[in-house]
Amino acid sequence: MDKFTVHTGRAVPLRRSNVDTDQIIPAVYLKRVTRTGFEDALFHAWRANEPGFVLNQDRFAGASVLVAGPDFGTGSSREHAVWALMDYGFRVVISPRFADIFRGNSLKAGLLTVMLAEKIVQRLLDDIEDDPSTEVTIDLIERQVRWTGEVHDFELDDYTRWRLLEGLDDIGLTLRAPEYIDSYEQSRKPWLPALTTR
Amino acid sequence: MGKTLAEKLWEGHLVHTAPGEPDLIYIDMHLVHEVTSPQAFDGLRLAGRGVRRPDLTLATEDHNTPTDYTLPLLGTSSIKDDVSRTQIETLRRNCAEFNIELYPMGDVEQGIVHVIGPQLGITQPGMTMVCGDSHTSTHGAFGALAFGIGTSQVEHVLATQTLPLDRPKTMAVMIDGELAPGVTAKDVILAVIAQTGTGGGQGYMVEYRGSVFEQMSMEARMTVCNMSIEWGARAGMIAPDQVTFDYLKGRTHAPSGADWDAAVEYWHTLRTDDDAEFDAEVTLDAAAISPFVTWGTNPGQGAPLSGSVPDPADYVEASDRISAEKALAYMGLEAGTPLRDIKVDTVFVGSCTNGRIEDLRATAEVLKGHKVADSVRMLIVPGSMRVKAQAEEEGLDQVFTDAGAEWRQAGCSMCLGMNPDQLAPGERSASTSNRNFEGRQGKGGRTHLVSPLVAAATAITGHLASPADLVKS
Ligand code: SF4
Repeated sequence: MDKFTVHTGRAVPLRRSNVDTDQIIPAVYLKRVTRTGFEDALFHAWRANEPGFVLNQDRFAGASVLVAGPDFGTGSSREHAVWALMDYGFRVVISPRFADIFRGNSLKAGLLTVMLAEKIVQRLLDDIEDDPSTEVTIDLIERQVRWTGEVHDFELDDYTRWRLLEGLDDIGLTLRAPEYIDSYEQSRKPWLPALTTR
Repeated sequence: MGKTLAEKLWEGHLVHTAPGEPDLIYIDMHLVHEVTSPQAFDGLRLAGRGVRRPDLTLATEDHNTPTDYTLPLLGTSSIKDDVSRTQIETLRRNCAEFNIELYPMGDVEQGIVHVIGPQLGITQPGMTMVCGDSHTSTHGAFGALAFGIGTSQVEHVLATQTLPLDRPKTMAVMIDGELAPGVTAKDVILAVIAQTGTGGGQGYMVEYRGSVFEQMSMEARMTVCNMSIEWGARAGMIAPDQVTFDYLKGRTHAPSGADWDAAVEYWHTLRTDDDAEFDAEVTLDAAAISPFVTWGTNPGQGAPLSGSVPDPADYVEASDRISAEKALAYMGLEAGTPLRDIKVDTVFVGSCTNGRIEDLRATAEVLKGHKVADSVRMLIVPGSMRVKAQAEEEGLDQVFTDAGAEWRQAGCSMCLGMNPDQLAPGERSASTSNRNFEGRQGKGGRTHLVSPLVAAATAITGHLASPADLVKS
């Protein structure tokens, strides 16, 4: 997992609330067997059916921050939703409120989900719509979001912040101290089942 | 204060614990199937990681496999659906690359992941077991801590043989007394779910306690633990006893010789202490449980077979009322209809809930000397190739085909619409599986969850029925 310290990039305004995971990535894409390459799946229905959809607008091309209405990521717990956002190039999603499971999945995978008050998100949406070249800085060290003339603190627990700063996914964390596993394995009961591997 | 069985299992697998962090738990056995594993293996490759303990990892093919192929068959040409075939082929490649034992379609050991673990003696008391599959709770029947996990957790276990987890709370389900004749484990668990609701067990490791469970066979206990997830429980378990030990003795991976004696001595300690306390308790009266069937679109929407389709207007909670209204609309049912009057097109006996040899024996017992109604298609699908072989040795397959039922190869089959065994839109089934969600058995299909005894009687009469109804008519 890549370390996340400070990220600055342009942003896409997604003025929709209750964006559920089925809209983020439709169920048909869950049949794939890879862990990457889901960028084409992201918001597939909207991109295919709405020519004016924000991701179809050239002026927002190459943005790396997604700004959305409240309750982003509701619905089924598919981890693919996070993968699709990251594969497309997003490093941060900003919303007034996230669905719990989606938020948990995103922070584990290294996609920073930032909660700001609804009226602040509204101003950010207005600003990036007025000027798509607006650069938004998400500073995890200071736990701050900054853009032209605006500075706002956001909350994130110390443990999650530290993991993201260090770029440690769950596996990386566990493997920092493999001696615990080694020593536990010494104490396992001798009769426990094991398969012969080739 | 003493400890509950769940607490003993949890504490016995603590690799590391620190304040403010989740516990790191050791996993004794990791079961793998084709649906939830591909991205986990891909994740390992992307990060340049390996599988820590291939010897504690076992893979099988079950969800996507067709059940009507002819043996011998080890290729994948019988799988017509591209996605299904890709998933199976990917599993085969991953197992070869990471050196993991795999039982492919057509292998003597192949079968539904939750059926093969116990039958190989791989599922033992005191173990922790996980699988990227919500019905992993099945293995709790042996006094193991077993639960389903998501794909990123599958990757975590492959890489480290551990999982970081917050410790769930504990709950006891207490059922004492005697079950009436014809009342099975399936009826018991459906009654539990109807009482607690589908979210009643959320956040709990549940221990099923009381004489009803003590008197059950291992296979019946598996049926109960299997459906723990259907009322939201993190895991379900039953303390091991002589029934457990007798079942295990002599199985391929069970301990033997001096190991066996040491194991049994240890297994005897796996009980909830008399002075232990559960965070919550649910009690049911055994005598009040009768054959149970579902009428709605979640496993909690069930009622005794002798009852009728409920009237949504009778529900106090608005959310229950709305969900009942939606369920009746989807199921095409009218409030007040006696459940026995509901006609079905299809009867499915199988799945990790009721696809074991005892289930097939019970089904055969009822079917013997009868014919499946002309209007009904009956599928009988063994949970594993070993179950299939055993059934054929006992001549059960003959009873099934004589009655006009179809006898298949092992797999998940009609439990879920991922392989060719599916309901057509609007078709109605009586099914021994575990989920009656909309579209679970095929798009637009309507599912009534039942026990094998009810399934067999229903196949004969063409409407929901129990074996007792056959005698009357
Ligand atoms: S039989 Fe059904 S519930 Fe069991 S593992 Fe297969 S699909 Fe899942």
